Amino acid sequence: MPNDNPVTQDPSRRLFTIAAAGAAASWVMTACGPKRLYEAPKDRLRSLIAEEERRYREQYGKDVTVSGAGPLPGVQFAYALDISRCIGCRRCVYACVAENNQSRDPQIQWIRVLSMEKDKGVDFSHADPYYHPGHVPEEGHFYVPVGCQHCENSPCTKVCPTGATWAEKDGIVVIDYDWCIGCRYCMAACPYGARHFNWTEPAIPSAELNPNMHYLGNRPRTKGVVEKCTFCIQRARAGRYPACVEVCPVGARKFGNILDASSEIRYIIENKRILVLKEELNTVPRFFYFYAT
Amino acid sequence: MPHENSVGSIRLFSGFAHGSLKLILRGNRAYWLWLAFLGALIVSGALAYSAQVRVGLGLTAMRDQVSWGFYIGNFTFLVGVAAAAVVLVIPAYIYDWKPIREIVIYGELLAISAITMCLMFVLVDIGRPDRFWHLIPPFGHLNFPSSVLAWDVMVLNLYFIVNFVVATHILYRAFHGKHYIKKLVVPLVLLSVPMAVGIHTVTAFLYNGLAARPYWNSSILAPQFLASAFCSGPAILLVVLQLLRRFTRFEIRDAAIWKIAELMAYAMFLNLFLHGAEAFKEFYSNTQHLLFTRYWYLGLGSHRTLVPYAWSAVALNLVAFALFISPAMRRNWITLNIGCLATYAGVYIEKGMGLIIPGLTPDALGEIYEYYPTMTELRVAAGIFAAGFLLFTLMLKVAVPISLGEFRGSEDPAAEAELASAGIGAAHPSTAHPGAAQAI
Repeated sequence: MPNDNPVTQDPSRRLFTIAAAGAAASWVMTACGPKRLYEAPKDRLRSLIAEEERRYREQYGKDVTVSGAGPLPGVQFAYALDISRCIGCRRCVYACVAENNQSRDPQIQWIRVLSMEKDKGVDFSHADPYYHPGHVPEEGHFYVPVGCQHCENSPCTKVCPTGATWAEKDGIVVIDYDWCIGCRYCMAACPYGARHFNWTEPAIPSAELNPNMHYLGNRPRTKGVVEKCTFCIQRARAGRYPACVEVCPVGARKFGNILDASSEIRYIIENKRILVLKEELNTVPRFFYFYAT
Repeated sequence: MPHENSVGSIRLFSGFAHGSLKLILRGNRAYWLWLAFLGALIVSGALAYSAQVRVGLGLTAMRDQVSWGFYIGNFTFLVGVAAAAVVLVIPAYIYDWKPIREIVIYGELLAISAITMCLMFVLVDIGRPDRFWHLIPPFGHLNFPSSVLAWDVMVLNLYFIVNFVVATHILYRAFHGKHYIKKLVVPLVLLSVPMAVGIHTVTAFLYNGLAARPYWNSSILAPQFLASAFCSGPAILLVVLQLLRRFTRFEIRDAAIWKIAELMAYAMFLNLFLHGAEAFKEFYSNTQHLLFTRYWYLGLGSHRTLVPYAWSAVALNLVAFALFISPAMRRNWITLNIGCLATYAGVYIEKGMGLIIPGLTPDALGEIYEYYPTMTELRVAAGIFAAGFLLFTLMLKVAVPISLGEFRGSEDPAAEAELASAGIGAAHPSTAHPGAAQAI
């Protein structure tokens, strides 16, 4: 196409225009590049993780490792909780707090144990999360611990305006704490009260900090972002049980790979009477409740 | 040639900006007192907000159980106020109803102020305001079309831009003694009608789509939003128009004011009817979902914080309806203004306290946490309202004299001739008469 504008035919100007266009293009490319952990390529993830380790080491004055372990092929995690066994001791709550570096002040707890009345059944409108008897279990009561249900059809990830939360390939619903803007739409959308917000700066004494972290899991959060259960992703992806499963004194909590035909979790789902919470909402939880006895 | 033209427009624009600044800096004692009052509220709000940024949203009464509160309630209310423009635009452009056409521009200025306040309320509600750019591609990532909040961000900003362009264009042209460019304004105005309906609908869907919250998960929510929006927006505008008429030479025909009041009566009827329909369904079917409606109207056991608000909203809305439905009452200035205040207060309570909080009480696991806004929230909210009113005041300060033809820049015959020959603008011969700017 003939160019009849004399201005751009000045060679130095043309050079400048090309250079400027190139700079603008590269700037846009950088700006458009991956920023969320969701889409970070492996090498960038490694440098991000190294940076995190350095930061936490400085902040807490102790050696910290942040795992970048990804989902394994052929693994789909699922959880089952035996309502007939749970005694409401809340050991899972505190094991979870310690393992997952939840804020001690203000207190954040990912698991909420609800005391329910036996003659009412699983009924949230009569549930009491603040029960405090001298001894558990209380007469006429049973207990339903509730945390993230890791829904397959998760309302929280659907509504997030920035794509800061998503389901990993192994089924774990995670949050990118560095990308969350703290709008709390996911908290309004969650039917299980599983998501918790850092209303003020979270505080963990460094002596109590769990140094074995995962970049999508228990690394320390900042104020103004949302957090929740990750099935102890730092443990699960290293082939270990979540802290709540390990600590449960009555063995009410079961966890495993649902694709493994010989797993305990698979046996429970195939053979026990199972239920999921708020089934009518079609969230398709990976967290099952069952009655073993 | 293009160079001269751009230099010319820069000169024209600086004349406009300079003149506007002079207008803003000129005013009587009442004007400066009003600005000082707004300024004080803004400073107080800014101080409260800076503490909130420092400490965290823990300074509000919001907690995990009730994770949205007063800020989001105000946001929702103000999305409704932005409806003022559309209530006026529909009859003005579709039915060509002249008395309302003259005041459409003020509806648009109100919409601009309301949307600005909306965006500020969202900004103060988020936990990491420093990360707001995470929403803006290409720097950030907008989860579109999955997240309704992504839709809301888009429609609110677009609606803001459309109203801003139309209003400033009309005023800018009038300032230079020219008629607005019809080919630009008419399509934008026609676009703003479905967009205004769109912002309310999308904002309603924001809550409506959450199956976890039965109080919001009712298909009546969006129509009810629209109905209440068509009450609250015009209520503010009616008061503003009367003030303008009183304190400036601006003439607004009684017929226009009465017509708007009549439209409000129908909207209020619809609003009350939809509330009634929802209440019937909840109370008669008496499922577990009734808890939320019960918390609003009757309280749950000893938890009765919102009950007085619920019934005052119902009472105010009924009073407003009664006053506006009767022609004699809406033509009486005293009852008209009582009706406006009742509408404004009724819808404000219904949206500010009655929409968000009962939706989250009891929470997803049945716990009742009684939310009531803290001083921080009240001060921040008052500051945002003051900022919005300040913006509205300053825009009116410029817009009214331009509309009256009292405030004009030097005409530029060369530029005008060029525009006319290019066929993009019609240099209006009759711009000398005061009605030109309003005769849209």
